[in-house]
Amino acid sequence: MRRLSWFELSARNRIAALLDARSFEEFIGPEEVVTSPHLLQFDLPVAFDDGIVVGRGRLDGKLVLVAAQEGRFMGGSIGEVHGAKLVGILRAARALAAAGRTQACLLLLDTGGVRLQEANAGETAAAEAVRAVLDARTAGASVVALLGGRAGCFGGGSLIAACCSHIVMSEHARLGVSGPEVIETYKGAEEFDSQDRALAWRTLGGMTRRLLGSADALVDDTAAAFRQAAIAQLQRPRPLEMARLQAEHARLRERIRRFGDCRDGAEIVRRVLEPAAVYGLDNWSAQDTERLIAKLPESAHDAR
Amino acid sequence: MSSRDARLARAAPFSQGKVVAAADVTALLEAVLTPGDRVCVEGDNQKQADYLARALARCSSEKVHDLHMVQSGIVLPEHLDVFDRGIAARLDCSYSAPQGARIARMLRARHIQLGSLHTYLELFARYFIDLTPDVALIAAVSADSNGNLYTGPNTEDTPTIVEAVACKGGVVIAQVNEIVPQVPRVDIPGDRVHFVTRTQQPFYVEPLFTRDPAGITETQILMAMLAIKGIYAPYGVRRLNHGIGFDTAAIELLLPTYADALGLKGSICTHWALNPHPTLIPAIEAGWVKQIHCFGSEVGMEDYVAARPQIFFTGVGGTLRSNRALCQTAGLYACDLFIGSTLQMDLQGNSSTVTRTRIAGFGGAPNMGSDPRGRRHFSEAWLKAGAESRPAQSTALPRGRKLVVQIVESFGESMEPTFVERLAAVEIAEELGLPIPPVMIYGDDVTHVITENGIANLLLCRSPEEREQAIRGVAGYTEVGRQRDRRAFQQLRERGVVRLPEDLDIDPLDADRTMLAAGSIRDLVRGSGGLYRPPARFRNY
Amino acid sequence: MQTLHFSYRAASRLPGKRAQALVGVVASNDLEVLLQRTPKATDCVVTVSTAVHGYDAVWKAVLADFVERRAPGGLRISINDGGARPDVVALRLAQGVRLMGDDA
Repeated sequence: MRRLSWFELSARNRIAALLDARSFEEFIGPEEVVTSPHLLQFDLPVAFDDGIVVGRGRLDGKLVLVAAQEGRFMGGSIGEVHGAKLVGILRAARALAAAGRTQACLLLLDTGGVRLQEANAGETAAAEAVRAVLDARTAGASVVALLGGRAGCFGGGSLIAACCSHIVMSEHARLGVSGPEVIETYKGAEEFDSQDRALAWRTLGGMTRRLLGSADALVDDTAAAFRQAAIAQLQRPRPLEMARLQAEHARLRERIRRFGDCRDGAEIVRRVLEPAAVYGLDNWSAQDTERLIAKLPESAHDAR
Repeated sequence: MSSRDARLARAAPFSQGKVVAAADVTALLEAVLTPGDRVCVEGDNQKQADYLARALARCSSEKVHDLHMVQSGIVLPEHLDVFDRGIAARLDCSYSAPQGARIARMLRARHIQLGSLHTYLELFARYFIDLTPDVALIAAVSADSNGNLYTGPNTEDTPTIVEAVACKGGVVIAQVNEIVPQVPRVDIPGDRVHFVTRTQQPFYVEPLFTRDPAGITETQILMAMLAIKGIYAPYGVRRLNHGIGFDTAAIELLLPTYADALGLKGSICTHWALNPHPTLIPAIEAGWVKQIHCFGSEVGMEDYVAARPQIFFTGVGGTLRSNRALCQTAGLYACDLFIGSTLQMDLQGNSSTVTRTRIAGFGGAPNMGSDPRGRRHFSEAWLKAGAESRPAQSTALPRGRKLVVQIVESFGESMEPTFVERLAAVEIAEELGLPIPPVMIYGDDVTHVITENGIANLLLCRSPEEREQAIRGVAGYTEVGRQRDRRAFQQLRERGVVRLPEDLDIDPLDADRTMLAAGSIRDLVRGSGGLYRPPARFRNY
Repeated sequence: MQTLHFSYRAASRLPGKRAQALVGVVASNDLEVLLQRTPKATDCVVTVSTAVHGYDAVWKAVLADFVERRAPGGLRISINDGGARPDVVALRLAQGVRLMGDDA
C-alpha cells in the first residue's frame, strides 16, 4: 500500500512522521480551543488550533521545537493566534538554545502569507517571527524551513523562510514573496500568466530554487525524505555572524550576475546543468536530481 | 453542373490548386457556401477546427445566412457567435458542456432553432440519412500537396464526417498545422479533400479526460470499492467503458491495489473502449489490460500510447489511431458494462445533466449507457444480468442485459441533492417547447446505482414501487432518501436488492487515499517511465 | 455562523485509552471533529459550528445514526464545519471514534 506523501499529510501528521515516534508534545493544542477572535464577524469557521501546530519533540534523539502550518485551513494564512503561536515557539527556541538545551527549531511552512481578515495582527506576527528567527539563530539554534505543501510559502511566510539557517524543498514546494495570481493582477498576464502552472513552478518551485542556491536540499515528496534532510542539514550549523551575512549578500550578488538576464527558469537550468540533464527529467526522483545538483559549484556555498 | 462543381468554381479565385492562404479562408467560405446550407464544423469532443470556426464567424451575413449547423460539439465561443451574427439559424449537435450556460440562454431567447440533441453515434448515423452536411470544416495535423491528411492521435470524428460529405457531393475544407512532402500516415485520402489551409497555431485540443489523483476523495474511493467488489467482481466484467470523472478515475487507480488484493487480476477490466486516461497507467503497467480502443486521444498521452502498441491501436508511423464512431459502436455492442456519473436522478432512475442554467448535451454516455435490446452475442456478465432481470415465473425467452451503472454521490456541489422527485430536464422541456425532456439515460436502462451509501440493484426490482424504494435506499440523507419506507428498505436489503458497504464486507474507514496506486500527477508520470507529459494546467512541480 | 447543540443518550461508554482525538481539517467539503471524554458514561453531547444554514434536519439525522451505530457514550464532540456533505461528516465521526480506541 502506498504511503501518503508529504504534500497529502495534514500538519499534525507531518510532525508525527518527521519526528522520532511518539516524541511530540503539543503546546496550546486544539483541546484548549484558542481560536481566532476575528473570523466570526466575517461569518467564517474557526479551527481549534487556528491552523498551526506547535510543540516539542525529538529528532534523531535530540530535543527540537516544531511549528507546522495547516495549508488546507484558509491557505495556511497567518492570523493573530496562528502568528502568536509561531512567534512563541521561536522565542522558546531562543530561550532553550541560550540554555544549551536545544539546537534546532523546525518550521514546516505551508502558507499563502498573512490572513487578510486579520491583516494587522498577521503582519505584526510575521515581523515578530522574523526577529524571533534571527534571535534564535543568534542564540545558537538552527532554524530549518521544510517546504512542500499545497499553499506554497508566500508573502510573510517567505520572508520568514528566507531568514532561516537552512531551507529544504520538495518538487511541489514553491517559495516566493508574490504569487503568480498577484503578479498577474498587478502586471498583467504578459508579465506572468498565472494559468501557466508549469511556468509558476519553473519560477518559484523547489527545483529552480535548488539550482539557484536558494534552497539547500531538494527532496522526494515523502516524510522519510524530509526527516533525512532535516537531520543532515542540522549537521552543518550556520551560526548567525557578520561574516555569514556578508557571504549571503555576496551569494545574492553573484546570483544576479549569473542569472539576472534569464527570462525563464528553463534558462537557469540550461546554464547550470549539462545539456544531457534535461529539465524536469521526469523519470528522475528528487533524490537523483539532488545528487547531481550537490556536485555543482552553486551548491558549495555556506551562506544563508 | 453539379452543386459541388459550382461551389468549386466559385472558390477557384481564392485557392491555388487545393491550397488556400489562411488570410483568404473567409472569402473562400463566402464563395463555397450558399444560404441554408448544412455545415459541419469539426467541434469534436476534444479536437477543434478553431481557425475555420473563427473564419466562418467572420463571414458576411448578407452572403452567408440561415446555415444549419450539424456538429458533434458546441465547444468554442465561435460555434455560437455564428448564431448571434445571423450566419447560422438552426442547430443539431451532441455535446455542449463548455458552452452550456450560453446555449441555455440562447435557446431561451429563441436565438437558435434547435433540431435535436443527439448522442455522437446518433448524429453520425444521421450524417448518412437526413443530416448530411453540404460543407465540412475539419482539422488535421498535416497534409501533403495532394490533400492526403494525417489526423494523428486525435483522429476522432474526421473519417466519419468526411465519408458522409465527400461521398455525397459535398465540399471538405481542412485546416492543418503543416504541409509536408509526405504524411506519416494517410488517415484521409486526398481525393476526399478539396481545400487545405495551413494555420499559424496548431488546432486546439481540450484535455478533457485527465483527472488529477490529488483530487480524489475518500468518498469516491469508497464508491470505487463498492463498484469493484459489488459489481465488477460478481459479474466478471472484462469488457467495459468508463465515463469521465473522479469516480471512475478512482476505480482505475484501485485496480492494481484493492482489486489486486481481491485476486481479480485477469478476471476483470481486461478490454476497454476508453480514451487514454492517464489514471489507467498504473493498471496498464501492472499488466491488467489486454487492449484499449479509443474515441480520441488525450493531451500529453501521445508518447505513452505510441510506446504501448500491444495495448492501443496505432497505425503506420506508430501514433494512436482513434475513431469515435467505431469506438462508440464498440462501447455499445462489444462491452458488457458502462459506468458513469450524472447530476440528477429521479425515483425511477431516469437521469439528466440538464439544469435551469446549463444544457450540456449528451456526448457519448447515453449511447453506451443503454442496453442494445436486439439480439447480441453472449458473455457471462450479460447472461447473469439478464437472468437477474427476469422474474422467476417468467415464460419469456431468456435474454441478456448490458450492465449500465450510475455512480454518483447523494449530494452534489453546494449540497444540491442528486436524487429528486422531478428532473429539472422535465421543466426545461416545458419551458423551451422541446418535444421530449432531455433525459440522458432512462431508468429502465439502468441496472445499478452506486452511491456512498451502497448499491441498488435495479435488475432485481419487480415493480416501479420497488425501484423507487431501492433508489431511496441509497439516496442517503437527501430529502428523497430520508423519506424512504423503513420496512420496504429492510426487505430490499434482505433480498440483496440494496446492499450497504457492510453487506459486502467493506468498511468505509478503509477507504483512504493510501489505496490509490498513484496519489498525484507526478506519480502517474513516474509510473509511465516519464512517457506521460501532462499539460501545463496539471503540473505542480 | 450558526451553532447547533445536540444531546444523546448512548448505549454505553466508548471504550479506549485516549482522552481526546482530533480528525479532519476545516476546508471545503471537510470539517474538524474534536472528541473529548466526559464523566457521564451514557451521555453524548455534540456542538456544531457551521456557516451553512438550513441543514439542521440533516445534521440531526446523521448524528442520530452515528450515535445508534457507534455507541459513543461519555463523549463531548465539538465540530467546526467547512461545508462538509453528510457522508464526510459520518466518516470523520467514525474516524474520531476509531482514534479514541487507539493506544494513547
